[in-house]
Amino acid sequence: MELVSQHAKRIMEGCKERARDAGLKFQEQSLEYIVTNRDFLQLSPKNMIPTLYDYWVQDVEVLKEQGQYELYPNNPYETVINTRPPISFYNDNNPDWLNVMIFYHVLGHIDFFQNNLFFRNTWDYDFAAKALADKRIIAKLRSEKGRWVDYVIEFARSVDNLVGYFDVLLSLSENSKKLTMIDYYFDVFLQDKEREKRSIASYVAEIELYNKSIREFPGDGEERFIDYVKKKHAEFEPLFEKAAKDWHKGGRRDVLQFLMENSKFLGREENKWMLTVIEVVRATSLYFQPQIRTKILNEGWASYWHDALFLKDDRIKGHEVDYAVINAKVTSMPRVGLNPYGLGMRLFAYLEQQSEKGKMTFDYRRISDQHKRKQYNESTGRGKDFIFSIRENLCDSMFINRFVDQEFVDLHKLFVVDRRLNKERMTWEYYVKSRKAEHYKAMIADSLYHPPAINIHVDDDNALILSHVFENKPLYRDYIEGALLGIEFLWGGKTCLYTFEPEPVKRDPSQSGTEEEPSREIKWRRVRYTMKDKKMTRVMVD
Amino acid sequence: MNKQLRALYDSLKERGLTAEQDSMIRRELDLQNQNGDHDCVVAPAIRGIYAYNDQAMQGNTSPQNLMALNSVQSLDYLLERDKQREKDGFPRKIRIGKMVKPSQEGDDKVVIVPTTVEEKLLHDQVRTGGDGDGGGDGQGGQGGSGDGEEGEIIGEQPVRPEQGAGQGGAGQGEGGGHDIESNAYDLGRILTEQFELPNLKDKGKKRSLTKYTYDLTDKNRGFGQILDKKATLRRIIQTNIALQRIKGHGAVDSQDLLISPGDRIYRILSKEKDYESQAVVFFVRDYSGSMGGKPTELVVNQHVLIYSWLIYQYKNQVITRFILHDTEAKEVDNFQTYYNSSVAGGTQVSSAYALVNKIVEDENLERDNNIYVFHGTDGDDWDTKGEKAIPELRKMLTYASRVGITIAENGYGISGQTEVEKYVRKSGLLEEQSKLLRIDVISKDSTESRLITGIRELIS
Repeated sequence: MELVSQHAKRIMEGCKERARDAGLKFQEQSLEYIVTNRDFLQLSPKNMIPTLYDYWVQDVEVLKEQGQYELYPNNPYETVINTRPPISFYNDNNPDWLNVMIFYHVLGHIDFFQNNLFFRNTWDYDFAAKALADKRIIAKLRSEKGRWVDYVIEFARSVDNLVGYFDVLLSLSENSKKLTMIDYYFDVFLQDKEREKRSIASYVAEIELYNKSIREFPGDGEERFIDYVKKKHAEFEPLFEKAAKDWHKGGRRDVLQFLMENSKFLGREENKWMLTVIEVVRATSLYFQPQIRTKILNEGWASYWHDALFLKDDRIKGHEVDYAVINAKVTSMPRVGLNPYGLGMRLFAYLEQQSEKGKMTFDYRRISDQHKRKQYNESTGRGKDFIFSIRENLCDSMFINRFVDQEFVDLHKLFVVDRRLNKERMTWEYYVKSRKAEHYKAMIADSLYHPPAINIHVDDDNALILSHVFENKPLYRDYIEGALLGIEFLWGGKTCLYTFEPEPVKRDPSQSGTEEEPSREIKWRRVRYTMKDKKMTRVMVD
Repeated sequence: MNKQLRALYDSLKERGLTAEQDSMIRRELDLQNQNGDHDCVVAPAIRGIYAYNDQAMQGNTSPQNLMALNSVQSLDYLLERDKQREKDGFPRKIRIGKMVKPSQEGDDKVVIVPTTVEEKLLHDQVRTGGDGDGGGDGQGGQGGSGDGEEGEIIGEQPVRPEQGAGQGGAGQGEGGGHDIESNAYDLGRILTEQFELPNLKDKGKKRSLTKYTYDLTDKNRGFGQILDKKATLRRIIQTNIALQRIKGHGAVDSQDLLISPGDRIYRILSKEKDYESQAVVFFVRDYSGSMGGKPTELVVNQHVLIYSWLIYQYKNQVITRFILHDTEAKEVDNFQTYYNSSVAGGTQVSSAYALVNKIVEDENLERDNNIYVFHGTDGDDWDTKGEKAIPELRKMLTYASRVGITIAENGYGISGQTEVEKYVRKSGLLEEQSKLLRIDVISKDSTESRLITGIRELIS
């Protein structure tokens, strides 16, 4: 691994200049390294961070990728990591014109990393250096504790997708305020279904009472109202205090943090070193959370800019066709499948155009005449601003949910594909299932990263109770045992997981054989997995 | 419904079936009626959003010089580590995987790679319908783009891929080029060393290896290092018969025999070709209707492992034969077909056993070969008492070095109650021929390590 040549660096600086002129914002310094294909293979299991801690699963991945490379050799061009300064890796055999395209793509990523709000808490962060420190800590521990360090890494990683990213963001944000009595009273206390059944009218009456109190006593209306509440509900104060305590804990769904704070096993003097290991795993996982939640945006943004800037670059005259071939490979939409590069890039271009014509407004939405809609053009000149604000403020789920509309789906001829069995020909037929924007949106939403939400309790026998919040999706059953094994180890005792599993409702045999296949009905059953002494049991609870 | 099957079913019914047996048979018949499909197809290469990355997308896929895979050292190290896990009380995590690059000529390229998964709590698709239920897909659909009306078919893919059309992960090929053999050999070595499988006995000598040992085996007339007395005497007698000094009747006077100079036979130290013992392995698989999904996968995976292990044991001197059976048995010529084929008919184990016996007899395989028969089934058999299967099995045991039966229960019935298991146990062959016949019953949810334990059971 070595720094790029001065020649390539000069090209990079030229790209930076042009990118800045186009409105991209990024810091002055950046590091570019030349790596070989073999380096790429070794770096990719480490998320391209050479200083990331060592772990045997990465070795397995490297061996696997080397095997794959032997069968399907390829020649990757670049990757970039989000750290300060940003580091990007390049293959050593790229021609100059290709480097121009690649540098623009990389600059798109860097701009995204340094301006998207989901990355805000990584903005001043030299992750490569932090990772190096972590790597050394783990190496040191490994020299003392041997393979047990790897078990702890493994078990911590088995729940590292459950770090409460949004909870952490909330606790970091400046707006995170104390839980007030008023908020608690209206948002939680009054709405607690178990306490008593309340009608909406009585809830509204309480609000009215509060408003009245504020109106009549501008100075201390709130306090008077609280006094009234305390008098009316004797249990209010202790409940509030308990809630306020929990509120400050934050990270309610962060299983790793919960274990670190509450596990008696980890609290023992001889096990304290494990906390260090778990913290490293947790911090690393948190660091990658924004990346995984902005895949379409990030790749779309980088592709949008390499396309926009490359063709305007005077240095590449004569290589337009070469470029077109490479660009098409990256950004074409597959006949079947979902390419985040292509989708993101098209959505950005579409939104820029829509906004340019003033179509992102209420006035436009009110028009139902198709012809008028087509002709609509306000020439606002605000297209670029609009996409820059998207790059700053959104993550994938918001991006897709807000902006994929029928016009976009029609424009790019998008559809949802499904497959069915053709019994005569014994083939799977892939067919166009739907061209409706809502279905397309739902399909993408389904493929986005969405770890399960887990609530944590400890029961009287000191057993850890995890309840999976029901979202019409089951957990992947084959992995439950492995994950629970790890949690049991870190918790140091019995661990239960409550979840839901679908049970198909048997079809009426008299109906089978009809033309229309009846939609499959599902009954959701509540299931409890218990892990005790490395043995797992599964029971239905209803 | 197939007429033949129907007739067979009726004749069985006449002879009397219990309600369970009847329902078992009916289920397989139903499956055939629905053209019930086995879920053997490799998932199409559709990637999720997170499978895309800069390296892959901008990677130039034109072939480069191949890189030598020089990782045996660390693979061994990782496996050693995995063994240590077991001692520490955690399940093993590394699996030995195979990657296949199919090619037109059939000499698929295979590499052996370790694989592992990091188990986490993740959301899953809602899956309904059990294995072997060939209905819809149960997946929520994928993205697509381009022309086509709603409902229009934009492509299709065979449920049972043609030979060579597999997309990788299809397991070990047979025949083919050197790569496959050498990799299966590696896998076998790993299996033997890491999983401590036993070695086998030699039998018969036939094919040569290009390997020589030095021994007093070369015979020469007139000179040499050691006089081979027996051979010399034999020549002397031949000479004297020719000279009519020895006649048919009457005593021979040994003092009176003439000895020709050429009669003396000496042995001389010389280099000799060494012959490796050789094995013929029959892989027999039930591919009837009830074998859908998981049982098939388990059986085939186990057979891949056994195959690799035998290749190692016999230094590549293994001939493999693949036999599939439902109510009738047929031989197929390679592993691909063996792996991918499925039908939805009934089950008659005896048909397969009879075919093995016939092949062995016709080709006189018994003389020079160790013969192994590995049979994988879900345990259903229409021949419920084994009236036909047991005699065939007995016959097989007269020549086979080992018969291993794997019963991968399909989960429809009660565990330990499959027809095959019942009649084999009842026949007493397991005790009588305990050195030759082994049976291994695994559940539908077995893991790879369970399969390896099973192999140990089958061949120890």
